[in-house]
Amino acid sequence: MDNKNSYFALMGNPNSGKTAIFNLLTGMDQKVSNYPGITVEKKKGIANISSTKSIKIMDFPGAYSMLPESLDESIVANQIYDWMHNTNIPRAIISVVDATNLSRNLYFTTQLIELNIPVILVLNMMDRVKIRKKNIDSDRLKKVLGVAAVVPMSARKKKGIEELKSVINSLDDKNNFTSELNWDIPVQIQENLKPVKDFFQNYCGYNENLALGQSIRLITKHSSIKYYEDINILSKKDYAKLKDVCNDATRKIRENGISPSALEATFRYDMIDKVLDKNIIQENIQLVSHSEKVDMLLTHPYFGIMFFISMLYIIFQSIFTFATIPMDWINSLIGSFGNYLVGILPGGILRSLLIDGVIAGVGSVLIFLPQILILMFFLLILEDSGYMARVAFMMDKIMNKMGLHGKSVLPLMSGYACAIPGIMSTRTIDNWKERLVTILVLPLISCAARLPVYALMISAFVPSKKIMGIFNLQGLVMVFMYFLGTITAILIAALISRFIKEKDFTSFIMELPPYRMPLARTVFHQLFMRGKIFIIDAGKIIMAISILLWFLASFPTINSNGNPTTIHESYAGKIGHAIEPIIAPLGFDWKIGVGLITSFAAREVMVSTLATLYNIEGEDEIIGIKEAMQNDINPLTGLPRYTPLIAISIMVFYVYAAQCMATFAIVKSETNSWKWPIYMIVYMTSLAYLGSFMVYQGGLLLGYS
Amino acid sequence: MVVGEIAIIRQFSNDIRLKARFMEMGMTIGTEVRMIKKNPFKGPIEIKIRSFYVAIRYEDANWILID
Repeated sequence: MDNKNSYFALMGNPNSGKTAIFNLLTGMDQKVSNYPGITVEKKKGIANISSTKSIKIMDFPGAYSMLPESLDESIVANQIYDWMHNTNIPRAIISVVDATNLSRNLYFTTQLIELNIPVILVLNMMDRVKIRKKNIDSDRLKKVLGVAAVVPMSARKKKGIEELKSVINSLDDKNNFTSELNWDIPVQIQENLKPVKDFFQNYCGYNENLALGQSIRLITKHSSIKYYEDINILSKKDYAKLKDVCNDATRKIRENGISPSALEATFRYDMIDKVLDKNIIQENIQLVSHSEKVDMLLTHPYFGIMFFISMLYIIFQSIFTFATIPMDWINSLIGSFGNYLVGILPGGILRSLLIDGVIAGVGSVLIFLPQILILMFFLLILEDSGYMARVAFMMDKIMNKMGLHGKSVLPLMSGYACAIPGIMSTRTIDNWKERLVTILVLPLISCAARLPVYALMISAFVPSKKIMGIFNLQGLVMVFMYFLGTITAILIAALISRFIKEKDFTSFIMELPPYRMPLARTVFHQLFMRGKIFIIDAGKIIMAISILLWFLASFPTINSNGNPTTIHESYAGKIGHAIEPIIAPLGFDWKIGVGLITSFAAREVMVSTLATLYNIEGEDEIIGIKEAMQNDINPLTGLPRYTPLIAISIMVFYVYAAQCMATFAIVKSETNSWKWPIYMIVYMTSLAYLGSFMVYQGGLLLGYS
Repeated sequence: MVVGEIAIIRQFSNDIRLKARFMEMGMTIGTEVRMIKKNPFKGPIEIKIRSFYVAIRYEDANWILID
């Protein structure tokens, strides 16, 4: 462990509790975990395993096997291929398994064991095994599998973590563990495999176990041979030779009556099942788990869908109701801080920059932190409890009709928080076309950055009154905006999936893990991370834009006639007035126009833009934008500048418009081409313009103003 | 197969691409399965194998031969 680069790799099946163990080991000391929800990429962390020693840990996405079916699993498989060829080998692999599901989890572990890298086997969820009055003999398992150690744990109950740390601490450098696992393969098949196995031993330098494992794997899934072409370890001639021996072996095995695609699973499970007790491999199939009972209701074909829709309604209603109190606190805090600065700072450019630019801009967006956290909180609960997998199950059929996939539901729902983690989590969708369609429509789902815009427009222009005794009109309008984006996303998906050629065959396999009480520490840890990122973003992007905007809106200070300028004659005013003719049919004035431009950095900047513009225009003290917009009078007509109709037109524009540059960047990197982000910008902008145009002009025709 | 019924996997009727994945997930020949849930309009089904619950598509399930 003297090697500075040495690290421990954390691997395991999805739902094995791997992330909980990573969090326990590393505490808050993590990198890259910027997006909550599921593990989307390799995450690095530092774990203090004793008072003097700390180690690096790399957390990988969940995988069932070395034969990948999704992009997530490909990340894992590619990494393992690197190790096979002596690149970046970890000190040891910590293989996390769900002990209640031992045989299926050991499938992947036994593949890892063949790499000849020390493996520490973590038997997670031992508390559940004990509840079922079963026991797993760790010592025997250690000997049979030939792993460095077996550590029974219960990550949710924080049990076994000290034992794991001490095992990591005392791991010695030798790896002389031999596995007692034996393939029980008919002699005839062994003969068929031999040329491939020999090739791996002679040309790639694999040990015997790995050579056999790899030959079986390549015959099971032929396309996996392409790794050997991609990684350049074989010459063209040798690669051709490998192809030949593989094809030859496949043909012979088929002639011997064994289906090549069944090869690895048949013999590997046979090998695993033989060493495990019968009652460990499979619990009584008749046993009805608690989750199965709960699911009689929650995934009921009709009641289940109704339950899901009510959950969504409750979430959006709470965003509006619960958040008002903390929002008022933040609002008054920012207001008094601004006024305090007005009091102590001398008048002039610096004070104007600080108050009209920085505090008005950043403050106007910080206010929405409570709403964003409430939304995130609900999403984390749904995901961590295991409910989201059920939603994917219930929605798969209808999603499939729309050109999407059951697994599109989680990315789309994450999209309510932010499109970026949503787009990254589409990596679990195995079919390229369904993944692409999900990515393309995801930015139509109203993300948290739209929330400040909706919230401002609604609180300023929609009266707070009760409808039918229970619904709040403001809440309803908010829900309607989310609904509009969601419905459009689904319709657009159905439309564009007709124009994208199917590349691959589509399917759906989804494990339905047991329901679990979400862990408070995990949920709050992720909320904290999310809040931190939001504040840092507010600190960086929004502050930079607020300062730039303050400059553009404050200068030049003197116009060509030598008189002090009004805001209309500033650079920002000129830009806004220049685009006004284009956006006037939507009911937007020049201030909104400036907001539309600055929104390209991030949508919530619209709110800070209006705040900055009103504050520069107005007096010294901090002006609330809500009141400023309500009281803004158009001097030409003497009527209010903004009306409920214009507010709705603005909101509809924000539902549809492509404005977030970070989203385009991630779409470019995930689809590997500029074609898709451009496509996205074009269709979304057209939708936004058309949508707003219809709302505003339609409203005027109906006699609203 | 009706809801609640238990059967044993005997064969995959075709070399479908997902056969390897189904088997990797534990649906090997000789494994018991219990039908947990069917959905209207040939939506996905839920089954129990080994010690876990898994959802697969109706069309894919047709390739799994049982007795």
